[in-house]
Amino acid sequence: MNSNKYRGFKIVLLLLVVFLLPVHAGTTAEKKAFNPGEFVVGHVTDSYSWHITKSGKTEFSIPLLVIVKSQDRGWFAFCSSKLNEGATYQGFKIANTAPYKNKVVETLPNGEIVRPTDISVTKDVASLLICSALIMWIILSLAHHYKKSPMKAPGGFLGAIEYVVIFIQDEVIKPCVGNDYKRYSPYLLTLFFFILTNNLMGLIPIFPGGANVSGNLAITSVMAVCTFLAINLFGNKEYWKDIFWPEVPTWLKVPLPIMPFLELFGIFTKPIALMVRLFANMLAGHMIAMVFMAMIFIFGAISPLVGTGVSVFAIFFAIFMNFLELLVCVIQAYVFTLLSSVFIGLSRMEPHKKEI
Amino acid sequence: MAKFGAALGAGIAAIGAGIGIGRIGGSAVEAIGRQPEAANDIRMNMIIAAALVEGVALFAIIVAVLAIVM
Repeated sequence: MNSNKYRGFKIVLLLLVVFLLPVHAGTTAEKKAFNPGEFVVGHVTDSYSWHITKSGKTEFSIPLLVIVKSQDRGWFAFCSSKLNEGATYQGFKIANTAPYKNKVVETLPNGEIVRPTDISVTKDVASLLICSALIMWIILSLAHHYKKSPMKAPGGFLGAIEYVVIFIQDEVIKPCVGNDYKRYSPYLLTLFFFILTNNLMGLIPIFPGGANVSGNLAITSVMAVCTFLAINLFGNKEYWKDIFWPEVPTWLKVPLPIMPFLELFGIFTKPIALMVRLFANMLAGHMIAMVFMAMIFIFGAISPLVGTGVSVFAIFFAIFMNFLELLVCVIQAYVFTLLSSVFIGLSRMEPHKKEI
Repeated sequence: MAKFGAALGAGIAAIGAGIGIGRIGGSAVEAIGRQPEAANDIRMNMIIAAALVEGVALFAIIVAVLAIVM
C-alpha cells in the first residue's frame, strides 16, 4: 500500500510525466525554429544584458551599463536596454554580422562602421564584480573573526573557508614557492579563490550565477599576465642566467643561440598554457551542459513524444555532467594556483651547489 | 573542408586524452593496490596529472575551433 518502499520513486515518476505533458503541448504550437548553435553560443559568450528567462512572449533580462567612447564625440554611458532588438542609439548599435558580431559598433557620419573604445559593464563584468564582492565579504569576515577573538577557531562556514586557505597555503604554496612563500601567498590565494568562485558561480543556472566568466579568454589572459609579471619581475639572477646562458653544451649557445631562444619562448608559453587550459576547460564544460539541454529541443522538434523521452535522459546526463563540471571547476582552480606557484618558485631558486 | 578537418582533429584529441588519462588512472590504481596507505597522496597526484593531460587535449580542441572560425 502506501508503505511501499518504492512509493517516493513512483510519486517522482508521476510528477515527471505530469509536468512533461506541457512540453508535449508546447512543441505542437508554431514557434520560431530552434537554432541549437545560437542557443549554445548565446549562453556561453558575453552579452550586453543579463538574460534571465523568457515567459510566454515577454523576456526578462537585466539591462546593464554600456560605456563607450566614440572617436570624435567623447564618452557615452547608457543603459543597454536602449540597444535592444537592434535599435540604434546615438549612433551606436549591436552589430549582427561579422567581424563585430554581438558587439557595440558605431556608425560614423560617412557610413563607416567602427568599433569604439568599449569598457561596458557586460554580463561577465557584472558577474565578476558580484563574485569579487562575495569573496571579499567571506574572507574579510574570516579576518574580522580572528581580529575579534584570536585564540578561538571559527566554526561553521568560516571554519571551512579557513581550512581551504590553510590547505592551499601548506600543501601548494609553501612546498612549491620555497622560502619566501609569504610574499606570494596573498596573490596566489586570491587567484585560487577568484578562479574557484567564478567557476562555481558559472554552474548555478540562475542569477546571480550562470555567467561563463572563466570561460572568457580576456579574463584568463589577465590572470596569466599577472602570473607572468609575478614570475619575471621578481626573478632571481640565477633564473635569468638559466634563460640566457643555460648550462648546456656550448655549441647550443654559440654561434646560434638555440637554447636561449627556446628558453625565452618558454617564458611566454607557460603563462599562455595556463590561460588556455582554464579557458578551454570552463568553456567546454559549459558548452556540454548547454548541448545536453539543447538536445531536448532538437529532438522535441522531430516529435513531441521523442522529445519527452529524450528529455528524461538528457536531464539525467546534464545532472551527471554538472557533477563532473563541479569537480573540474575545483581541479582547474587548484591546478592554476599550483602551476603559478611552481613557476614562481622556479624563478627564485637558489643556485645549485657544485658537487666536488 | 575546414569543418571536416576540425571534427577529425577534435576526435584525435579525444583519443589522445583518453589514452593519457587511462594510463594515469591505471598506474594510480595499481599503485594504490600495492600500498593502500598511500591512497590519498596517490589520488592527489593522479588528479593533478590528469588535469595537465586534459589541458593539452583542450589545446587541440581550441586549435580545432580556430580552424572552423578562421
